[in-house]
Amino acid sequence: MIEALAFYMFAAITVASGVLVISMRNPVHSVLFLILAFFNSAGLFVLLGAEFLAMILVVVYVGAVAVLFMFVVMMLDINYVEMRQGFLQYLPIGGVIGLILLVELIVMLGGWHLEPELIATGAAPMPVPISVTNTQALGQLLYTHYVYLFQAAGMILLVAMVGAIVLTHRKRTGVKKQVIRDQLARTVEDSVELVKVETGKGI
Amino acid sequence: MPMAQIPNWIPAAPELFIAVMIMALLMFGVFQKQSSAADGINTSRVVSYMSVAVLALALLITVAFAGDRVAVFNNLFVTDSFAVFTKVLVLFASIVTILMAQGYLERHKMARFEYPILILFATLGMMMMISANNLMSLYLGLELQSLSLYVIASFQRDDSRSAEAGLKYFVLGALASGMLLYGSSLVYGFTGSTDFFQIAAAIELSSEHGLNIGIIFGIVFILAGLAFKISAVPFHMWTPDVYEGSPTPVTAFFAVAPKIAALALFMRVMVGPFGGLVAEWQQIVIFISIASMLLGAFAALNQTNIKRLMAYSSIGHVGYALIGIAAGSEAGIQGVLIYLVIYLVMNLGTFACILSMRRGDQMVEGIHDLAGLGKSHKPLALALTIFMFSMAGIPPLAGFIGKLYIFMPAIDAGLYTLAVIGVLASVVSAVYYLRIVKIMYFDDVTETLDRTSEKTIGWVLALSSIFIVALTFYPAPVMTNAAKAAASLFAG
Repeated sequence: MIEALAFYMFAAITVASGVLVISMRNPVHSVLFLILAFFNSAGLFVLLGAEFLAMILVVVYVGAVAVLFMFVVMMLDINYVEMRQGFLQYLPIGGVIGLILLVELIVMLGGWHLEPELIATGAAPMPVPISVTNTQALGQLLYTHYVYLFQAAGMILLVAMVGAIVLTHRKRTGVKKQVIRDQLARTVEDSVELVKVETGKGI
Repeated sequence: MPMAQIPNWIPAAPELFIAVMIMALLMFGVFQKQSSAADGINTSRVVSYMSVAVLALALLITVAFAGDRVAVFNNLFVTDSFAVFTKVLVLFASIVTILMAQGYLERHKMARFEYPILILFATLGMMMMISANNLMSLYLGLELQSLSLYVIASFQRDDSRSAEAGLKYFVLGALASGMLLYGSSLVYGFTGSTDFFQIAAAIELSSEHGLNIGIIFGIVFILAGLAFKISAVPFHMWTPDVYEGSPTPVTAFFAVAPKIAALALFMRVMVGPFGGLVAEWQQIVIFISIASMLLGAFAALNQTNIKRLMAYSSIGHVGYALIGIAAGSEAGIQGVLIYLVIYLVMNLGTFACILSMRRGDQMVEGIHDLAGLGKSHKPLALALTIFMFSMAGIPPLAGFIGKLYIFMPAIDAGLYTLAVIGVLASVVSAVYYLRIVKIMYFDDVTETLDRTSEKTIGWVLALSSIFIVALTFYPAPVMTNAAKAAASLFAG
């Protein structure tokens, strides 16, 4: 009962925030609703028992992707009013794609409904013993069987980072930085000059 | 809960060593003082020499731990004589190219310590490719190598040609990786495994029920992805542009190490997991081999830029190497390995010559700039003549031996058309190799080149010409090691 309630809450908020993402006038609000949608989908994953996927969704999509969107939205000068004008033009093709997805869903679910044994024919996920959570199960594979690939992937990410820095980092001249040590080391003698101004004359 | 066992990492010791040292050198370089330009050059020089030392040590470890075939890390990584042989070639190529690059980098204000480190990354990727025993480790090694190469192609970031080269290489490389992945997914789907041993077993099992069309499709896509990496026709389009646009030491690196690693991977994949389907992939390899040889021979005839010329020449050489793979026999693989050794030395020598083509502060790249070299730079002209004669395959130089050991297995395997076309293409390509010799000795001098004073380049020139000449008289070490390596590939 509580599970069903939780499911409907997460699902309804996900769908609602999905609609709001594309209908908001302010793109910053759109991104915020996108984050809400991600969080609620993560909730759905938790209900399915896939807590690792849920955490990854929050960490990767909210922590990185959505923040990147936010940067792009705030830093690029895009005329959103102009972008919206093509909406009606793109509506037919969007509708067709949506329709195809709907038909595919109906075919699949209809097939399962008519012949329940079909569900078992697909590649079923590995049965996970109750004692091992899926985070632990993944870790046991990743750090033992696939430790070589795991480390290799790490090296690739390091190359990506080094490459990005090599190709874009420039030393800028004339940038003023705050050096706290220098600020603290300043004395009254260095910075203040007392001038005796005679009355009626300038300095 | 039981403690996880530490896997046997000894066979992967050279790779682990390089990986650890990359991080150490990165830390060292980042925390050096960088207040003036001289500091930057100093750091880059120190990191360069340390990288050479790292690679030399890795080479020693590779040779010292050479032995029978061992597969570790859950069969993801394999080492055998074949891997040792090709790894030695790759490590040697990286060492020489780092040494040759330093002077150029300093003169062109691109001496940053990341350059040798990216070469180390690429070398690590290549060694992982060579030792791959699983489609997943193959892909990760390939990506590690390719990503580093994309970055060093555009290392001269203020030059639009270099940036263009990097971008072109990246876009087309990503396409090739996509094809390779698609092929891998098909192979995985139809054989049920990504492990090379198990793929071979599955293919053997399924061949009793006739051919499986899905596996064939997978092989075609994997071949297409790999053909891109070795720049075989029809996936060669990026090569001339990337070779021309990249800084010259980077081009020198591109022409040797990645080619060797990718060809080694090509051999391992075709002979290992898909060894049971020789008849199916042989026709594809024959086609790309003929196409590469012909394009390499004819398209280079009109080139006036020596880097572009070398790009077409390398396409042609890959075509010859593929003849040996098409033969599908142990002798064929041995021929390819010998060819790779000779190709490596000839290219290092030729690029050492190109790196010393300088007039004032400018590098010159036109082949007509070589006019008069025979009088003004006698040793350089002599060395370049040796390399050009060797590339054309004129006896008694090493290039002839390489071609001989490629054509013989092809004849034995009954691939007469391939061998005949190969010989004809090599006659055509002799035209442009010999034209360079003619320009050096017989053309009128307009402006002479500067005298080069770099010691490392002189050494590379001297040693590689001696090797090219001496191999004819004392080929035994290369032959026996190549034979051992080829045998180990077929042993599994």
